[in-house]
Amino acid sequence: MSITLDSKIPAGPLADKWDEFKAHEKLVNPANKRKFKIIVVGTGLAGASAAATLAELGYQVDAFTFHDSPRRAHSIAAQGGINAAKNYKGDGDSVYRLFYDTVKGGDFRAREANVHRLAQVSVNIIDQMVAQGVPFAREYGGLLDNRSFGGAQVSRTFYARGQTGQQLLLGAYQQLARQIGMGGVKLYNRMELVDIVTVDGRAAGIVVRDLMTGEISSHSAHAVVLATGGYGNAFFLSTNAMACNVTAAWRAHRKGAAFANPCYTQIHPTCIPQADDFQSKLTLMSESLRNDGRVWVPKNPDDTRAAADIPEDERDYYLERIYPSFGNLAPRDIASRAAKRAVDNGQGVGPLKNGVYLDFADAINRLGQQTVKERYGNLFDMYERITGENPYEVPMRIYPASHYTMGGLWVDYELMTTVPGLYCAGEANFSDHGANRLGASALMQGLSDGYFVLPYTISNYLADWLNKPIPGTDHEAFKVAEQQAADRFRQYMSIGGTRSPDYFHRELGKIIWDYCGMERTEQGLEKALSEIPALHEEFKKDLRVTGTGDSTNQTLEKAGRVDDFFELGMLMCRDALVREESCGGHFRAEHQTEEGEALRNDDDFAHVTAWEWSGDPMAPVEHREQLEYEVVQFQTRSYK
Amino acid sequence: MSEKLTYITLKIWRQGGPDQAGQFEHHVIDEISEEASFLEMLDILNEQLIEAGKEAVVFDHDCREGICGTCSLMIDGRAHGPEKGTATCQLHMRKFRSGDTITIEPWRASAFPIIKDLMVDRSPLDRIVEAGGYISAETGGAPDANLIPIPKPVADAAMDAAECIGCGACVAACPNGAANLFTGAKVTHLNLLPQGQAERYQRAEAMVETMDEYFGSCTNHGECEAACPKSISIDVIAVMNADYFKAKFKNRKKLSRT
Ligand SMILES: Cc1cc2nc3c(=O)[nH]c(=O)nc-3n(C[C@H](O)[C@H](O)[C@H](O)COP(=O)(O)OP(=O)(O)OC[C@H]3O[C@@H](n4cnc5c(N)ncnc54)[C@H](O)[C@@H]3O)c2cc1C
Ligand code: SF4
Ligand code: FES
Repeated sequence: MSITLDSKIPAGPLADKWDEFKAHEKLVNPANKRKFKIIVVGTGLAGASAAATLAELGYQVDAFTFHDSPRRAHSIAAQGGINAAKNYKGDGDSVYRLFYDTVKGGDFRAREANVHRLAQVSVNIIDQMVAQGVPFAREYGGLLDNRSFGGAQVSRTFYARGQTGQQLLLGAYQQLARQIGMGGVKLYNRMELVDIVTVDGRAAGIVVRDLMTGEISSHSAHAVVLATGGYGNAFFLSTNAMACNVTAAWRAHRKGAAFANPCYTQIHPTCIPQADDFQSKLTLMSESLRNDGRVWVPKNPDDTRAAADIPEDERDYYLERIYPSFGNLAPRDIASRAAKRAVDNGQGVGPLKNGVYLDFADAINRLGQQTVKERYGNLFDMYERITGENPYEVPMRIYPASHYTMGGLWVDYELMTTVPGLYCAGEANFSDHGANRLGASALMQGLSDGYFVLPYTISNYLADWLNKPIPGTDHEAFKVAEQQAADRFRQYMSIGGTRSPDYFHRELGKIIWDYCGMERTEQGLEKALSEIPALHEEFKKDLRVTGTGDSTNQTLEKAGRVDDFFELGMLMCRDALVREESCGGHFRAEHQTEEGEALRNDDDFAHVTAWEWSGDPMAPVEHREQLEYEVVQFQTRSYK
Repeated sequence: MSEKLTYITLKIWRQGGPDQAGQFEHHVIDEISEEASFLEMLDILNEQLIEAGKEAVVFDHDCREGICGTCSLMIDGRAHGPEKGTATCQLHMRKFRSGDTITIEPWRASAFPIIKDLMVDRSPLDRIVEAGGYISAETGGAPDANLIPIPKPVADAAMDAAECIGCGACVAACPNGAANLFTGAKVTHLNLLPQGQAERYQRAEAMVETMDEYFGSCTNHGECEAACPKSISIDVIAVMNADYFKAKFKNRKKLSRT
């Protein structure tokens, strides 16, 4: 079976496409909606908003999460904010400008039509979330406040202190909880998707593992939505929550869903540098800090003085120097690479010389400590708890870390993967951010997909299935998938080697970080492509999982997730290898300008690379979706 | 450079499943950097256990940034340990000394049955939210977000209450196993806002009554506030009680009219 990539972009002028789609799509009438069962896997922003909205429309929804409660998804950790083209500040924002900034921020590697729709519905998201009671920050007059974020010259970011993701997720969770309470959604918590089942090439349902009992079971439905988040933990150390993993998307990939642009990963410039080898994760310091903090390193690499003792003219405020018009608000990929260069140059600060300063001294002088505290208090507290240093007194130390993944399952305009009936929403899909995501745009995309896109597009597929029987869980395909899943977990238990899943994850992460991180080369990627399969073989022979398979066993859960990260790692490196250009988060050292900026190649690479599973993780089949730009002109991305 | 702590004895609760008996197990961590977080110390212990062919200690955690509310440990008898306003995952070893013995237990509350070792089932908290911890605003019909100005102090007070991370430390710390701080926080968040007024009294009533089904009653010990990693003020309980009593009164009036 070979896949075809039909993006199904509606005809007509860009600004009318979404209306055009809605005017002509097939609908399911309200009374018939309850005849359809939809499975939603994942209850983060994308999944919770989709599940709640689909249930409100009348569909029967089964929602799955491996968390103990839908309130805990990784979305909860988002700090900075959410973008919307409300233009409440009257500073020149518009749907077009948000669209344009997002396409440009993504280094011209996103699908125009999707991004335009995202910008259009962004305004509805804020309305919806305020109606849910999300306590966004307000001005004294009682109207909503905004701040600015990297990659934009307008103030369009809505926020709730430093906890925007938490407040948005709780809003969507509460809306979902209402549906659970009313019986519109059936919730399955502490359940992990371990396989997707297809019958006659269509999504028929899923196989899950109960994380408390180890029991494997099947669920069938008319359509399946994956909203299972990103794969940033492939690097082991990242800002993602510990449980984030690629399994759901990867299992779908193995069942026929193309995986697009896996090498587009975002390294966030403002994280707390690693302190030691045992470190389990890295902590993000919100990008919003760059509104008031100034990034610098000592000019002299051998400078050992405390920050405050280094005079102004011996400091290099390198972002302000190289990018005068965006300064400290230069986009993430650019700010990250600049930090890497400073550290590689020996100008790094801190005990391990592995960070750069983010300094608030000027902001505190200008605004007063109280204002700074109001804006960033909880982030400053968090920093102090982790490092033991007080950022009101000494500058923060930051360094880039894996944060977000733009790549993901390929979806068409309707968010359907290459498997009919299988949809993908939120960070798990590849859709809207091209090669680099702008700050405060992931929350926007997750909620756009879940609230305002999927609930419309899914009926276009379901309408044809009205009153037709669907395969039940007694179908042979479910039985086979259950058996394979059970065998897989039994196999992890029975290897009886010497190393824990975490050991392998850490080693794998190091390879991916070194060769497929902030800077990639052909030689390095080739090396990774020989080291990862070798380590994977070792994993299969030397893994040790203690305990049993019939009660909670986090070691066993981890083994399954790491196994899938191995295969994904191979695909990330392969994708990075064939993309012989630099764009956004993908920086190939061979392709840079004289000044060291990313050098895109629009003639040969203005396409999405979507990979088809072949059965051998080292030999995926490459497909391409050419990106057609009708409105935006290619441009060298400059923030100078 | 970072200092090392040496010879930390961990006294950890192990329990195979909900219906099994549990017991304390002792383990020694020979050396650990003070930069390590408390949960990283448990990661190190688990690596050691796996290497020795033993089963790793089960404990809940996810964000490790103090925001998801998943981590949940009783450390030396205190929910989330010794540091005020700090969730377990944000606790660092620099708060301990070489040679310390640290007792680690799960949340203990009758509404939170133990799943395994240090992991408990907190889903009754979700039942309270499902009963009314929301504003009924279905997707699509919302008016422009700036239509209703909300005075900053009101928005700020709602946000203070909305910061609850749903960890359940308040329940674990309470001698009665009451969930009033958690429930009060959600009632206060929604009932302060103009958007929350339409359902204000039904919400208070439904949430309080569901809470009472699962949890013990509040007798104003105040342990909850002391244990809360988000420093949610005990005032939210007063707000909830006031709305609950008003709800009861209003509903009686409604009944007498029919
Ligand atoms: C520290 C941090 C700060 C951020 N700040 C911002 C910000 O300020 N603004 C912004 O726009 N974006 C931000 N982001 C990015 C943003 O938070 C995420 O991209 C977004 O929340 C992802 O939402 P989601 O719904 O797609 O996935 P998630 O929130 O990750 O949810 C995934 C869901 O899927 C479930 N799941 C996954 N796999 C399985 C499986 N196999 N079986 C069952 N269930 C499964 C999980 O239980 C969970 O419910 C930040 C990210 C990080 C890491
Ligand atoms: S009120 Fe505090 S202790 Fe209770 S659940 Fe919320 S955050 Fe946890
Ligand atoms: S792990 Fe998320 S709050 Fe502790």
